[in-house]
Amino acid sequence: MCQECGCGSGGGDVKIGAHSHENEHHHHGHEHEHTHSHEHHDHGHGHDHAQGKQTLNLNRSLMEKNALLAERNRGFFHAKKLLVLNVVSSPGSGKTTFIRETAAKLGASLRVGVIVGDLATDNDAARLRTAGIPVVQITTGTVCHLDADMISKATAQLDLDKLDVLVIENVGNLVCPADYDLGEDLRVVLLSVTEGEDKPLKYPPMFHSANVAVITKCDMATAAGFNRDLALANLHRVSHHAQVFELSSKTGDGMQAWLDYLAKQRAAVNGK
Amino acid sequence: MHEVSIMTEALRMAMDAAKSAGATRVLKLRLRIGTLSGVVPEALRFAFDAVCHDTMAQGATLEIETVPAACWCAACQAEFECENFFNECPHCHDVSGELRRGRELEIADVETS
Repeated sequence: MCQECGCGSGGGDVKIGAHSHENEHHHHGHEHEHTHSHEHHDHGHGHDHAQGKQTLNLNRSLMEKNALLAERNRGFFHAKKLLVLNVVSSPGSGKTTFIRETAAKLGASLRVGVIVGDLATDNDAARLRTAGIPVVQITTGTVCHLDADMISKATAQLDLDKLDVLVIENVGNLVCPADYDLGEDLRVVLLSVTEGEDKPLKYPPMFHSANVAVITKCDMATAAGFNRDLALANLHRVSHHAQVFELSSKTGDGMQAWLDYLAKQRAAVNGK
Repeated sequence: MHEVSIMTEALRMAMDAAKSAGATRVLKLRLRIGTLSGVVPEALRFAFDAVCHDTMAQGATLEIETVPAACWCAACQAEFECENFFNECPHCHDVSGELRRGRELEIADVETS
């Protein structure tokens, strides 16, 4: 069973690699055996009784460690004048193709690097690498989301000074990644026309947290019987603040508006 | 969801605080979990026993305080309880997206000895 969410998926340790699996560094996350035998000192009875009960007030967020690391990432990325996107969606919404086409169409005007998160395989990274995009694969094993620490380690394997935009392709999952800030500027959620118009209503935390919502595979809308008005209404209901784009990565329809938006966002980061 | 990693983090914070205070055991953890946090209290309880095993918190009890979600209505200048992210104010029927409570994932206190 997945140790994180009990989703039934198996797997191993988190691995981060820019090239092949052979020279990956293991990421030592939460998988250590916790044998705190050293803590059980053999105290005498008198000692135990002397230690009374006490209540320690903490009042701290359980996400505080990730939040601090995410802010550190954000500061580092800004110093590097990078625009950072966290791309999230369910599996099969077209994240990899969308990122590949975005990078290809931006060409030399904005140089794109990618961090890809998957439970297993580096197929997505290979697809991007073939297109000539600098890419680092994070194989999360049992973990159903990327966290700020994994991103910090993965960026060490990219030459950030040669990039303008860093795209993080999160694990295909609309639940867990919602709670993990990675230090991105923009959270971009994808919704493909084949998924059903009520996705935003089913996964409100993710859609609510997104700055940008992209409806993908629009070339298939008619075949899929996609109800555009209903999808947009649902999207606006949950994330009324999100910038919405409708496009097809495959045909290129609608891509220009997205690319123009990216260029504007990157200029804003550059001005900071 | 990711209840095991959240519970692991809660236990780490509890044990750090206990050790700093010179305690040898963690007896109780109290968490504050919002109804829109996306975390299921039952799954946290399930994870708790597993992560406490063989630590100074073995056998500890877990208390979860549920924080009901609330939105802020700018027109009425008042909070109203809600069950989701998009809500209509029950008084003026304006839609509010300003969530004031309900996303909490916090450790409140820890009882030690």
